[in-house]
Amino acid sequence: MFYREAGQFKTSYAADQGLLPIRQDRYGMAVLLAIAFVGLPLFASDYWLTAILIPFLVFSLAALGLNILTGYAGQLSLGTAAFMAVGAVAAYNFELRVPGMPVLLSFVLGGLTAALVGILFGLPSLRIKGFYLAVATLAAQFFIPWLITKVGWFSNHSASGVITAQPIEILGMAFDTPTRKYVLVLSIVALLALAAKNLVRSRIGRAWMAVRDMDVAAEVIGIRILRTKLIAFAVSSFYCGIAGALYAFAYLGSVEPDGFNLDLSFRILFMVIVGGVASIMGSFLGAAFITLVPIFLEVLLTEANTAFNLNLGPGVTSMSQLLVFGGLIIFFLIVEPHGLARLWQIAKEKLRLWPFPH
Amino acid sequence: MKVWTKTMAALLAVAGGLALAIPAGAQQAGTQFMGILGYRVGPYGANGAAFFTGMIDYLNLVNERDGGINGIKLSWEECETEYNNAKGVECYERLKTRTATGPTAIHPMSTGITYGLIDKAPTDKIPLITLGYGRTDATDGRVFPWVFPILSNYWDGATGIVKFIDDQEKGSLKGKKIVLLYHDSAYGKEPQPVLEAEAAKLGFELRMIPVPHPGNEQQSQWLQIRQYKPDWVILWGWGVMSATALSTAQKVGYPRDKVVGIWWAGSEIDTEAAGPAAEGYYAASLNLAGKDFPVVKDIEKFVYGKGKGGDPKLVGTVLWNRGLAAAMITVEAVRTAQGKFGKKPMNGEQTRWGIENLNIDQKRLEQLGFGTMVPPLKLSCNDHGGSGLVRFQKWEGGKWVPASDWMSGDRALVRKMVEDSADKYAKEKGFTPGCMKG
Repeated sequence: MFYREAGQFKTSYAADQGLLPIRQDRYGMAVLLAIAFVGLPLFASDYWLTAILIPFLVFSLAALGLNILTGYAGQLSLGTAAFMAVGAVAAYNFELRVPGMPVLLSFVLGGLTAALVGILFGLPSLRIKGFYLAVATLAAQFFIPWLITKVGWFSNHSASGVITAQPIEILGMAFDTPTRKYVLVLSIVALLALAAKNLVRSRIGRAWMAVRDMDVAAEVIGIRILRTKLIAFAVSSFYCGIAGALYAFAYLGSVEPDGFNLDLSFRILFMVIVGGVASIMGSFLGAAFITLVPIFLEVLLTEANTAFNLNLGPGVTSMSQLLVFGGLIIFFLIVEPHGLARLWQIAKEKLRLWPFPH
Repeated sequence: MKVWTKTMAALLAVAGGLALAIPAGAQQAGTQFMGILGYRVGPYGANGAAFFTGMIDYLNLVNERDGGINGIKLSWEECETEYNNAKGVECYERLKTRTATGPTAIHPMSTGITYGLIDKAPTDKIPLITLGYGRTDATDGRVFPWVFPILSNYWDGATGIVKFIDDQEKGSLKGKKIVLLYHDSAYGKEPQPVLEAEAAKLGFELRMIPVPHPGNEQQSQWLQIRQYKPDWVILWGWGVMSATALSTAQKVGYPRDKVVGIWWAGSEIDTEAAGPAAEGYYAASLNLAGKDFPVVKDIEKFVYGKGKGGDPKLVGTVLWNRGLAAAMITVEAVRTAQGKFGKKPMNGEQTRWGIENLNIDQKRLEQLGFGTMVPPLKLSCNDHGGSGLVRFQKWEGGKWVPASDWMSGDRALVRKMVEDSADKYAKEKGFTPGCMKG
């Protein structure tokens, strides 16, 4: 009932192929964007902006990048955090070494550097597939943070290999408050998400999916496999690189190469799996699940501990939080192996028929 | 259909819960609230548990025995960081707005989290106390007014170890070979510049061998060491890496009484896990282990006696005692600040003044019941580090035995490198160093 498109007639091909063909979707998206761009900056507290929304957006972008590579092009990668590190360190160095460098350009150049590195580590993907490719990208995961720590130049010879991001200033406006940083990150992420949504519907996106579904068949119909795969690696790494630059500049401020470890790569991979493989929206849902639920559980358990006087030590609450979180992941994957995005899709179908299902 | 409905209900419940997720917390008004970024799970959970239990036991002691600081009761909240930088920042943001005075002073207990917070501290006006870890050049308070690497920093530790080895070698290191076996992270890289400078100055040969995180496999590193035949090995380990180093050393036949660890590799957790392989191992320490201190007796009586203690098994261990010292420093800083600003809960700015003007001499330590557990401490704007003293202990017969008096390394060298590095940071950030007023 809520989701019926009856009476909405398309009169042109452009309307028929729009990103959001149904009116309810368009209104929903408009409301969502209004809340994100106007409502949250006005009403959310600094804690929400800096500790929850900014990291959520940054991880969404990284998950989006990985989803392009793993979800759409079918190339399993464990090097996401390493590509993020490349983006962060490259943006830092462009900003440091080129006088008068606009910070947005540094982000883009950081992303492009990550894309180049991504292409380099994507080269083996022509010959090796599946889990073996995952192992090859694992090499990137270990090599890149090692290189950044090893070569002092990357961190401007800081004793511990830590880089300290410069302040963000765009056209004379300093992005130093949580609200401004949030709006900046949100704008970048929204723009890149829109680009990704269009990209996966384009010729390149269809080529990725063809290669993912059956590479031999794709080759037979004239898709150049290596080129397609390398474009996927480049675009994916570009997104991860931008995410890394935002992670350093807008979120943490100072980052150590060690922070971009295998753990982070796995977290982002889990975001993609839990959120929904080959889904733009799934990247956001997955990032929300993986970053927000542990915080929520911890607050809930601590509150329950004081409210009901359970007298659990802090160790017990920390452990049980991990247990519950692990349980939740398994629960969602059993209920819907295709991720949260698929759940949302089912919900839409149900809402369309409700209250008169067949 | 039914499963689907349930799932959606669960999803909605989670989403709804998230919207209400940030409650006010359980602190009472009018108390001195302390935000604690702790970790008790993950690869370093055992170390964290000992430290934070000690910290909370001391805060309990101040409440139970003295009724707070000059009548101002203490309250606190612990947030689990899992030793993870992003979670640490989240915890910091969560705790920083609790109560009108904020979280007093933060002990991040992780070099990575410290780096994540250094740029936030001045804007939020919350001092960071990094007790024997973190950013070494923050010792220069003109550049880092909000950061306090109290007791000793890593460079004091590294030069202290060199001095200790020098003493064992009867005052000459010329031509000797020393290996630095380090945790391959920001933490492990911290001592390298100062050790290189020491090697050039004293004429010993230095080889640095990294161990990748978490360090539970060190066969190849120790085979390298066996080939190289160094006179001494400096163990810059953390967590599981330290115990593994000692047992692998035994396996390849390297004498453990030629291994000197930094203070984070010198707790019972490290040596007990290594078993007999740890016998004879030296480690630097910021504080003595053991229960023979009046303050520990008081805690057993007032805190554990009343059933408010954390874990009796941890009492008197190195890291538990270090937790006591950490809490004592915050409490004394608040007391100092109260002397200037009046008897009420102190906010971050006032606490910062209190830390910078902290002066805990031996007499005061005796009064506090710490005796010789930690060295005396006097801070100033120029020196946010304090004594720079370390003491060495040896693992013998299942417990730590003091192996030296409080001693310091090459302080002039450390100070010069600290200033150079801090000035570079100030230049990169574009500000002029200077002391803060008030």
